[in-house]
Amino acid sequence: MTKKQKKTRNRILIVLALFIILLIADKTGLLDNIPEIIIFFVYLIPYIIIGYDVIRKAFINISHGQVFDENFLMMIATFGAFGIREYSEALAVMLFYQVGELFQSVAVGKSRQSITDMMSIAPEYAVIVREDGQTDEVDPEEVSVGDTLLIKAGEKIPVDAIVLEGESFIDTAALTGESVPRKVVVGDEIISGCVNGEGVLKVQATKAYEDSTVAKILELVENASNKKSRMENFITRFARYYTPVVTIGAVILAILPPILGQMAFSDSIRRACVFLIVSCPCALVISVPLGFFGGIGAASKIGVLVKGSNFLEAASLIDRVVFDKTGTLTLGEFKVASVNPFNGVSEDELLKIAAIGESVSNHPIARSILAAYKEKFSGATIDASNANAKEIAGHGISAVYEGKELLLGNAKLLEDKKIPFMAPNEYGTVVYASLGGKFIGSIVISDVIKPEAKEAIMAMKKVGVKKTIMLTGDRKYTADYVAAQVGIDEIHSELLPADKVDRVEKMLDEADNKSNLAFVGDGINDAPVLMRADVGIAMGSLGSDAAIEAADIVIMDDDIRKISSVIKIARKTIRIVKENIVFALFVKVLILILGALGIASMWLAVFGDVGVAVLAILNSMRAMKIDK
Amino acid sequence: MKKTYKCEVDCANCAAKMEDAVKKIDGVVNARVNFMTQKFMLEAADDVYEKVLDEAIKACKKVEPDCEIETA
Repeated sequence: MTKKQKKTRNRILIVLALFIILLIADKTGLLDNIPEIIIFFVYLIPYIIIGYDVIRKAFINISHGQVFDENFLMMIATFGAFGIREYSEALAVMLFYQVGELFQSVAVGKSRQSITDMMSIAPEYAVIVREDGQTDEVDPEEVSVGDTLLIKAGEKIPVDAIVLEGESFIDTAALTGESVPRKVVVGDEIISGCVNGEGVLKVQATKAYEDSTVAKILELVENASNKKSRMENFITRFARYYTPVVTIGAVILAILPPILGQMAFSDSIRRACVFLIVSCPCALVISVPLGFFGGIGAASKIGVLVKGSNFLEAASLIDRVVFDKTGTLTLGEFKVASVNPFNGVSEDELLKIAAIGESVSNHPIARSILAAYKEKFSGATIDASNANAKEIAGHGISAVYEGKELLLGNAKLLEDKKIPFMAPNEYGTVVYASLGGKFIGSIVISDVIKPEAKEAIMAMKKVGVKKTIMLTGDRKYTADYVAAQVGIDEIHSELLPADKVDRVEKMLDEADNKSNLAFVGDGINDAPVLMRADVGIAMGSLGSDAAIEAADIVIMDDDIRKISSVIKIARKTIRIVKENIVFALFVKVLILILGALGIASMWLAVFGDVGVAVLAILNSMRAMKIDK
Repeated sequence: MKKTYKCEVDCANCAAKMEDAVKKIDGVVNARVNFMTQKFMLEAADDVYEKVLDEAIKACKKVEPDCEIETA
């Protein structure tokens, strides 16, 4: 609790005690023989203790011309109660109003705290190593690019950096929700906001604090609650009319029946006071954004950044998900899928021969063969100095191996040389190899399908996604293969980047307004589609600025299973917010009706009003919890 | 120039009112009072920024006397 809250709490406790004493005294008849004027003052003292700030604010606001201010309304309601000699009601209304306000402020503070804790990625300090070897603890903002930093086990990485010395496991959970630590060695890039797991790392800063991942993410999360959802806007607009309308209703209710001779003034004023008590829209105004804030917090807890309440609202309506294949359903990394030796060459030998030939090339396919070789022979180096390897543009590579001509490349290369070969029946890009004019086998390289892709698609179906669609520039055979593997419903293959926008636009046109289309991309050259779709979901892959900027929702660790989780969180949030709106409006309207009929007392009104606010806030806090 | 300040405000409705009031000030390009994060953001031209900020704080105090904006 803050100082202010503690002060209010103490005032409430004191006045509550006085109130109970007065209540007992009243009921036991102790106050019966005391003159009215003294009783008035006996109640006035605790009333002032509990309500002086409300009255002060009310007067300040009236002087500024703000009539429909909740303080003013509470003041009028309680003054009205005093006027009709309902002293204990007047005191109770003010007392419970303050209880409600305190509760709201504490609850909001609590949930704010737990969300910021969830996002507790902001580093508090950085340790700079000076040239003379001295270390200095500084604010992360003082670190400049190129500085050498020391990060001990358990410390947060202050800025994006590259490892100079040391090895460690890095805990990225705060950023990605991923609980398995990542191994880093010399030369690896490390991302700010992660925690160094074990060893001491000496790193060089590659970015200043404000350009670092952590600062960007914090900014994004803080701004997220600025982008308001339709529901929040509705409530703000509603509040603007609700209070004046109810207040005018109260005035009419106070004046009209007595003038018409239907009711005594004391009775009509009592009913009007009930109106005034429920005229504050606070339950709605607080609980709606709090619900969204909680939902965004829950998403960030699993490593998904939702860039605004409006996007969370949009995500709850997703019923079609369009994937850009590379980088979402597949890893976007080429890997050797199979080595198919032929003519008596062993698998290892074929891989080795291919690696020697490909060592001159920088092509992704060449690199994947080299990587496969290094993996298999645990880091063995390749001596290609005698190979005389040359690239044949558009075809492949020619080299010399053990005195014989080595050819590595596509089908065309071998066809041109009139070397017979066998095509493997597999998906992916094929590299054929021949040695001394003889076909010795093929290596198939493919983009690896994410192991979790199938599960992710199934989970989406489970949460009500009706259709999954894949867009890709790849040839049909590859596209169909991937789609069949992961269970995609509709395939559009052999597309140019511009076609993708067209296709998505067409799909958007087909849709009705009640459902939304999500586009999932890796953020590389699909920014226009990400922006065009109802909900753009990007793979964050830790630090890709383009993706983070273009998308509405960013999945920090590229795990597409989280798409269904976000949809679930979004739906839950919306459900909670709707419950709150309906519940609060229902109770308020009910009290208004009962109040107008003279059935609801001021007691009921104040309990109703505060109670609704409290329940709505508690309900909103559920949005922060993640259902397993 | 666009800057964000810490801002203590007690009720969501007041935050909305403060935002409205600040947006009406001459020279304000954009303004936001974020109740959830307790932040106040003000965007205005560089040359008049100090003046606009001053006015904005006054406007906020007028709407919600209890609010606290830290400009330090």
